[in-house]
Amino acid sequence: MKALSRIYTALIFIILYIPIVVLMLFSFNSTANTGDLTGLSLYWYRELFSSPDTFNALKNTLVLAVSASVISTVIGTAAAVGLCKFKKNFFKNSVLSVTNIPMMNPDIVTGISMMLLFVFLGTLLGRDEKLGFTTLLIAHVTFCLPYVILSVRPKILTMPRSLPEAAQDLGCTPLQSFFKVELPQILPGVISGFILAFTLSLDDFVISYFTTGNDFQTLPLLIYSMTKKEVKPDIYALSTLMILTVTVLLILSNVSSKEKSTERRLTL
Amino acid sequence: MEKTRKNLGRLIAAPHILWSVLFILAPLIFVVYYTFTDAYGTFTWENIFALKEHANTFLISVSLSVIATFICFLVGYPLAYLIAGYKEKSQKIMITLLMLPMWTNLLIRTYSMMAIMDDGGFLNSILGALNLGKVHLIGTKGAVIFGMVYDFLPYMVLPIYTIISKLDKNLLEAARDLGCNPFQVLWKVVLPLSSGGIISGITMVFVPSISTFYISQKLGGGTFELIGDTIERQFQNVSTYNVGAAISLVMMILVLVSLAVMNRFTKEEAS
Repeated sequence: MKALSRIYTALIFIILYIPIVVLMLFSFNSTANTGDLTGLSLYWYRELFSSPDTFNALKNTLVLAVSASVISTVIGTAAAVGLCKFKKNFFKNSVLSVTNIPMMNPDIVTGISMMLLFVFLGTLLGRDEKLGFTTLLIAHVTFCLPYVILSVRPKILTMPRSLPEAAQDLGCTPLQSFFKVELPQILPGVISGFILAFTLSLDDFVISYFTTGNDFQTLPLLIYSMTKKEVKPDIYALSTLMILTVTVLLILSNVSSKEKSTERRLTL
Repeated sequence: MEKTRKNLGRLIAAPHILWSVLFILAPLIFVVYYTFTDAYGTFTWENIFALKEHANTFLISVSLSVIATFICFLVGYPLAYLIAGYKEKSQKIMITLLMLPMWTNLLIRTYSMMAIMDDGGFLNSILGALNLGKVHLIGTKGAVIFGMVYDFLPYMVLPIYTIISKLDKNLLEAARDLGCNPFQVLWKVVLPLSSGGIISGITMVFVPSISTFYISQKLGGGTFELIGDTIERQFQNVSTYNVGAAISLVMMILVLVSLAVMNRFTKEEAS
């Protein structure tokens, strides 16, 4: 029984990883052949780095992800804190339901619905280029917001209500009580919301595809346009680098969370 | 004084409320508006009637994504159950291994599937080397279903695993003490208790499967279209925006209704 369960688990993980391993292997292929390994070389990596598109897309992706996650974290945290002060009523429930729409709706619907709005507004304002960085940023903030609120809200709901009240009784202004008392309490939720927003923005393709213009390309969009053309291992090279980056980040975040948990045990 | 202070506190939710109205509600209103107007902005039922042409595509999309979701459940549930039975350290490693493909861009994963299944791809060159002939996979429905399962399996496993790993171990022990064999424990105790995880797993696989437009383009080889592809094609050209909006509206209603039904289902289960 135990052996059987081991074999099953191993089999699934092997199937899950075969495509990724094959892709990494062929990124070192010496020819453009994607069926046979003809020899090892770094040709496709050199090819990749000699193209200005790659660096441009990388820069765009990072600029977009940082701005979208910062904006959505600020707006979302404020919303989560503010919404708590409402009584349970129709208004609060509707705000929360509307917030969740981008999380439940298929990405393609979110993407095209925003595109329709942006095209309309662009025509209204008489702009030639209706889609671009600004529209992409608005779209990313919009689909990140529900995830930020989702990570911050539980922290606020479990925080004792008396804490900010006590701070204000002791002479804090509401602003001081927020920054000195409430924020440190909910900080873990805010940080995980920020990280979630950042990774969602980095990874998004579908919504970006519909809300960006010709002059702003991110890495997922670059991969899409590369896969539309002839199959060449330079995509494999780019993908390998992206997978390795994610792996390193994942290991680092695991290690840091482990350190944090032992720290907490020590202070307790 | 107390009241104004409270209102001030509420005010910081205002940017988000404004943002939601502008960029979540207003776009949806535009989808509805485009659905019921023609290219000149006059009211019409034409786009709704045009949906008939795409009925077949809807049918294919729904059936393929239902099959993919079902396979994900059949493969993913035992995996989640087995992972939860390992030592804590192995559990952590396996969950990380499961999350890594999730964090890898969907385009890359699908593309690497294509490189393997392609006629001149890795699988066929291995089969050729073994003198086993060739298999034609790209362009078949099976390849698209396999792509969906491969891409979305972790989304099924993770929520189920989260619930199972938090189950009260005493319950399982009690079932065993009272004479259940391992399969009865699974069927009568673990499965009903993990229904919440199953429901969120199903939605997390079903929604992206039914709306995908990349998987079918790459693994379907352009031989048939899914509803996501149809929507994407309509939005390539300004003149077909209205039909595209109508199809999107139908898909959105389809997804939101099935989500609502499933939520209801879990609530009843919980009570």
